[in-house]
Amino acid sequence: MTDALLSNTETNNRNRERVRAGLARRHRSENLFRWAGVLAIVAALGFVVILFGMILSKGLPSFWQSTLHAEVYFDPELIEGGPMPERADSNSAAEYQQAVNQWQRDVTLSNWNALVETAIRAQAPDVEIEARDVLALVTSAARFQLRDLYFANPDLLGQTVPVALLASANTDNWLKGTIDRSQPDARQQLSADTRALADRLLDEDIIRFDFAWHIFTNVDSRSAPASAGLAGAFMGSLYMMAVVIVLAVPIGVASAVYLEEFAPKNRLTDLIEVNINNLAAVPSIVFGLLGAAIFINYMGLPRSAPLVGGLVLTLMTLPTIIIATRSALRAVPPSLRQAALGLGASRNQTVFHHVLPLTFPGILTATIIGVAQALGETAPLLLIGMSAFIANIPANPLDSATALPVQIYLWQGNENRNFFEARTSAAIIVLLGLMILLNAIAIFLRTRLERKK
Amino acid sequence: MNALVIAALLLVLLTLSYQVGWSRSRRLATDKGARLHSRPIYHGVLVALFALLPAILVLGLWALFSQSVSNNYILAQLPPETAQLPQVQLQATLDRVRALANGFGVLGEPAPEEAAAASAYETFQLIGFLTVIAAASALGAAGLFWAQRRIGPALRARNQVEFAVRIGLVACSTVAILTTIGIVLSLLADAIRFFSFINPIDFFFGTVWNPRFQSTGTGSAGEYGLLPLLTGTLMISIIAMLVAVPIGLMSAIYLSQYAHQRVRDVVKPIIEVLAGIPTIVYGFFALVTVGPFLSGLGAAIGIDIRATSALTAGVVMGIMIIPFISSLSDDIISQVPNAMRDGSLGLGATQSETIRKVLLPAALPGVVGAILLAVSRAIGETMIVVLAAGNSPVLRFNPAEPTSTVTVSIVNQLTGDADFTSPQSLVAFALGLTLFVMTLLLNVLALYIVRKFREQYE
Repeated sequence: MTDALLSNTETNNRNRERVRAGLARRHRSENLFRWAGVLAIVAALGFVVILFGMILSKGLPSFWQSTLHAEVYFDPELIEGGPMPERADSNSAAEYQQAVNQWQRDVTLSNWNALVETAIRAQAPDVEIEARDVLALVTSAARFQLRDLYFANPDLLGQTVPVALLASANTDNWLKGTIDRSQPDARQQLSADTRALADRLLDEDIIRFDFAWHIFTNVDSRSAPASAGLAGAFMGSLYMMAVVIVLAVPIGVASAVYLEEFAPKNRLTDLIEVNINNLAAVPSIVFGLLGAAIFINYMGLPRSAPLVGGLVLTLMTLPTIIIATRSALRAVPPSLRQAALGLGASRNQTVFHHVLPLTFPGILTATIIGVAQALGETAPLLLIGMSAFIANIPANPLDSATALPVQIYLWQGNENRNFFEARTSAAIIVLLGLMILLNAIAIFLRTRLERKK
Repeated sequence: MNALVIAALLLVLLTLSYQVGWSRSRRLATDKGARLHSRPIYHGVLVALFALLPAILVLGLWALFSQSVSNNYILAQLPPETAQLPQVQLQATLDRVRALANGFGVLGEPAPEEAAAASAYETFQLIGFLTVIAAASALGAAGLFWAQRRIGPALRARNQVEFAVRIGLVACSTVAILTTIGIVLSLLADAIRFFSFINPIDFFFGTVWNPRFQSTGTGSAGEYGLLPLLTGTLMISIIAMLVAVPIGLMSAIYLSQYAHQRVRDVVKPIIEVLAGIPTIVYGFFALVTVGPFLSGLGAAIGIDIRATSALTAGVVMGIMIIPFISSLSDDIISQVPNAMRDGSLGLGATQSETIRKVLLPAALPGVVGAILLAVSRAIGETMIVVLAAGNSPVLRFNPAEPTSTVTVSIVNQLTGDADFTSPQSLVAFALGLTLFVMTLLLNVLALYIVRKFREQYE
């Protein structure tokens, strides 16, 4: 008996030993597993931080561009065409218009570069430098800037006014140090004279880093990259979003209402359901193929038009809106419908007067989220030609245009890498800013409207 | 101008007919004391519907057929041999006459018969426009008149309006079907045209992708082997999954099982931010940051990794997919009944053992479904691979080398001056069809698995 007891405690002890040994191992693996989880979280968060850090650190400097503040003398010697023609009583409107046109032609043909050159030379009178090197300092759009200034106010003839001229992309790179300053002359974009002049003017505070408003007001430019802006792409995106909102919301809400409130269970409605789920998962580029084949090739709508882009994005956004509206409709308590029906409302009246108004917050947020998705979509737009270079702000949805994400795509491929890498990041900041704004509005509306219920 | 006239006409018709219907039913009810079945609003809407629909029908028919009718008219004005011209020249001639008639003018001196045709066409255009406007207005007015005559105590206006609304709702929900039909038809039609140039066997089993462009003047059709693109696509998707599945799954497990509620509330939305970032941004990120980093890393340990490669694109695509995997697995893991978890913990299992041996096996079908959905997304992803995969459609299996995918090739074949008659651009539709079928199958399979799993605990 004692023997048995002894051996029993012995086995117990041995078991306990084994469990204890195993326990340490199990705790180790528990810890390992836990740490793997922490690591995964840290990795995911790290990606977010790195992504945003990279975009912000690259893009933010691009919002400040070197700008040359010069006194420009509108030299009557250089500007041809004389003063703006005045309308004499004897002149007909047509004759006057002709005279003005002639004057504008003459003005345009005058040597504006000389004006720019003189203005810059006046800032550093003691520097010996070639005309070409002087002009390399500022963007080639500077002469059009002066001309437009003169067109807007012909009284400037013979006056000296302070003008802020944008430095060229190369100057900006040099001053910001985004290109290697120690490279030999042959590998630099600017001549040694221009570089020295740029450094000196920066020291003298004649070149300053000003906020680059033109990023928001100018369109894309190839000849004068420093003045390239997002306005055209922004308008293109705006038109597309307008098309998406005008088409996707009514059609999406109507489909959701039909499927959720009226649809009988039959083959047709089953088909519609399957289709909607399927459309939500179709790769976006397939929608681009659809747009190219049907809207452009078959219907003959213009290429590169925001209308076509909007239609394609509408078809992509529809499932989002339908699915969200359906879940909002499902959340409305059935007692509400029964009460309305019980008081004698027809089914249409029940839905449109009582059920649908309650789902407005849901529909609104779904719309904004859908629009935000559509705003960032690029691939289908490439297929319908919206990646063409457009140097105009589109005046209507049928004009050629590009869109914000497509503009990012175009800029990242620009050969002037040093300059456009930062510009691309700046455009991404604008795009992400818009998306965050949209999502913030969605969240705000959701909390605000749902509290009132 | 024309659009303004038409809009004004429709607006007038709308206001007038609604007003007529509304006030007539009002009068019936108040003056004569009749008890109407429907309220005045419904009578107004009904009359407006009857007035507007015929007018819109006429205008729609005109929009559809005016082009071909006017073409025929112009041809009738020109000498008969014009009709025998080839299609392109015929179109040019028609365009010249149109330009003359609309006062834009044409290059060179217009031939006398062109000028005559133009002036005749100008009259024809005016008369045609006036006829259509008159017909639309007359039909609209007739509809208005007829509908307002019907107004009476017994007219079930509300039911008729509701029927019309119902029809409108059904029409809206068929847009989804039409879109699918449109996708399938356009892809099929152009893919079949492509296969009339290229043998499908060469396409699906070819190992060389070299669509020579016509502009290079080689004149030959080029080689269209799908396999290099398919291997590139699969390689990138696999790399993406190798990044996304462990990170996504582990963070879902940690957030749902270990993390404090407050940590979860902060971390979850931050990870989900990754899902809302446009893919072009990821592409740029891959190109500028990840690619150079990986290639530097490779140089440090003695492996030659190119900056734009399958690896770069795959890693960044994996980052993009993390939130997708994590939120789906989170949902699925939290659907496993608590009793199972508590039972396992009560028997003395550690938390990680419970997760690995109880929760994960129970959630496995759902997780697999989520992963399949993510794979289909990775296969269809475009912008990241366009920017970061290096676009080198060669059959090879080294992830450190550049590669190309189905989506990249679609973009390459259809950007630029696409002319929809050459195999060079038509191949995009064959590729699109392949992509569509692949993702469709994956999605159906994934949805089937997810749905099947969901039913287990209900």
